[in-house]
Amino acid sequence: MSVDQKMDGSRRQLLLVTSAAGGVAVAAAAVPFVASLTPSERAKAAGAPVEVDISKLAPGQMMTVEWRGKPVWIINRTKEMLDSLKKTEGEVSDPNSEKPMQPEYAKNEGRSIKPEILVAVGICTHLGCSPSDKFKTGAESGVSNDWPGGFLCPCHGSTFDMAGRVYKNKPAPDNLEIPPHKYVADTKILIGEDGKA
Amino acid sequence: MTTKAQAVMDWIDARFPLTSTYKAHLSEYYAPKNFNFWYFFGSLALLVLVLQIVTGIFLVMHYKPDASLNASGVPVAFASVEYIMRDVPGGWIIRYLHSTGASAFFVVVYLHMFRGILYGSYRKPRELIWIFGTLIFLALMAEAFMGYLLPWGQMSFWGAQVIVNLFSAIPVIGPDLSVVIRGDFVVSDATLNRFFSFHVIAVPLVLIGLVAAHIVALHEVGSNNPDGVEIKKKKGPDGHPLDGIPFHPYYTVKDIVGVVGFLIVFSFIVFFAPEGGGYFLEYNNFIPADPLKTPPHIAPVWYFTPFYSLLRAMVWPLFGLDAKFWGVVAMGGGVVIIAFLPWLDRSPAKSIRYRGPIFKTLLTIFIIGFAILGFLGTKPPSYAFFGVIPGAPVAQLFSLYYFLFFLTMPVWSKIDKCKPVPDRVTG
Repeated sequence: MSVDQKMDGSRRQLLLVTSAAGGVAVAAAAVPFVASLTPSERAKAAGAPVEVDISKLAPGQMMTVEWRGKPVWIINRTKEMLDSLKKTEGEVSDPNSEKPMQPEYAKNEGRSIKPEILVAVGICTHLGCSPSDKFKTGAESGVSNDWPGGFLCPCHGSTFDMAGRVYKNKPAPDNLEIPPHKYVADTKILIGEDGKA
Repeated sequence: MTTKAQAVMDWIDARFPLTSTYKAHLSEYYAPKNFNFWYFFGSLALLVLVLQIVTGIFLVMHYKPDASLNASGVPVAFASVEYIMRDVPGGWIIRYLHSTGASAFFVVVYLHMFRGILYGSYRKPRELIWIFGTLIFLALMAEAFMGYLLPWGQMSFWGAQVIVNLFSAIPVIGPDLSVVIRGDFVVSDATLNRFFSFHVIAVPLVLIGLVAAHIVALHEVGSNNPDGVEIKKKKGPDGHPLDGIPFHPYYTVKDIVGVVGFLIVFSFIVFFAPEGGGYFLEYNNFIPADPLKTPPHIAPVWYFTPFYSLLRAMVWPLFGLDAKFWGVVAMGGGVVIIAFLPWLDRSPAKSIRYRGPIFKTLLTIFIIGFAILGFLGTKPPSYAFFGVIPGAPVAQLFSLYYFLFFLTMPVWSKIDKCKPVPDRVTG
């Protein structure tokens, strides 16, 4: 086609319309492929709420349950453990839980619904390792001589206090995540569902 | 050629460009006559690619991407790798060729890239070759990362957990993106299966396409050489470059020497040190994946460690975004910035032979720094040299240098005192 030849406007219009229609069809066809990448119904079912009976959890004890394939810790904190949170307030980076790492109802000093019962996802907020519990205080813990009790991540050395609050100047940016949970009875917790419902 | 054979060739050539393709890319592709040692690594990278594809095809015949536990409580994927190693005839060598081949691939590719920097092979008119090359490097990293999950050992699992979690650091879309990548809320069977699919089909297809583009672009503009002069500027009466020799037979024969040398070293490792002292196959990966128990120290395989160090160097939040996010930016930026070399380098000379002291000094520090970043990436962040010099600030220092080397290049490459570049190659 020579340059000076006049463009056939209606044909060009048809070309644009069919191209646009074809583009829409391609985009629509991509939907099931992208959708197939998201968690399957089975994976979502495995992410269903878990009911836990904590009637046998003595003060100072910790239990681990699996929710969405992650370890979830439930700790029955003693009075000493709760008192230690006052001391760590100045040493943790987010003492008042300003960052959204917990549901609204756990945005308090103990980061819990009932003060003594802590429910937290046992996954370090740095790069996903699972910290180990270091409840013994002082030199006996092996962490430091003035260790008030808490958690230590073996991967990159992040430390957390008894409310899962991360210490300052550690690789982990955030406090441990508090999963949505609610009490269905006095000693029964449903992990994975919000309390307000 | 006999008349009969010629007749067959004529028949084919009338229907498919066989002779002309052979001429254009081999017998009449004129390459500079002064290629040296550094020019082995392009053809070696091609050799390793073929090796990985062939060994991979045979591994897939026995491997099972299945995270469920078998009757003895071992994940099926992990058990199938052990089955290949112990029960499949010849399985052990095919698997070791593949696992050692992955490390060998990065060795030759890193040396190939270093050659490009030495002789300015990325400069005009070879910018697109360099960009295709960077994309190949990216695809190779994706390929290696996803392949590493398949044995489903502790390091496979937690390495993938850590790297996929990096994506969750991206603001707004991050958390959902990492779920879409995993196909689950944690690394699971769904993740294993999609990584298997990507590792054996999707990424290799992309890789082969990019390699083809890399070579086609190279043969369009012609190869650079250790003098960094354009041989096409001086052509003889026959229209061929005066300093060029046909790729075949001259460089096919030369490259065979490189292949023999490479295979001697490679076979030695495959037969006597396939684990590479824990650097090619990490010891923690001989333990099956356990989603509830993290190994005490997680380190990527050696070829990722320089970039892993860039990631860890960022420990300060900036502009209201987490340090974790900036770590991801540093890691990704560290790879992507390489693609911009053609436009960052303003030096009048291409080759290090004619470049000045600034380039030589800064490049030497760059290479040493890159090696130190790589070394520190294999260590926990608390590591200290000789127990006294803390590793973390050293890594931060060299990370800063890594980026400054590129970002300030337009300035220092311009003012550097270069020697005059000769008209023709110097032999």
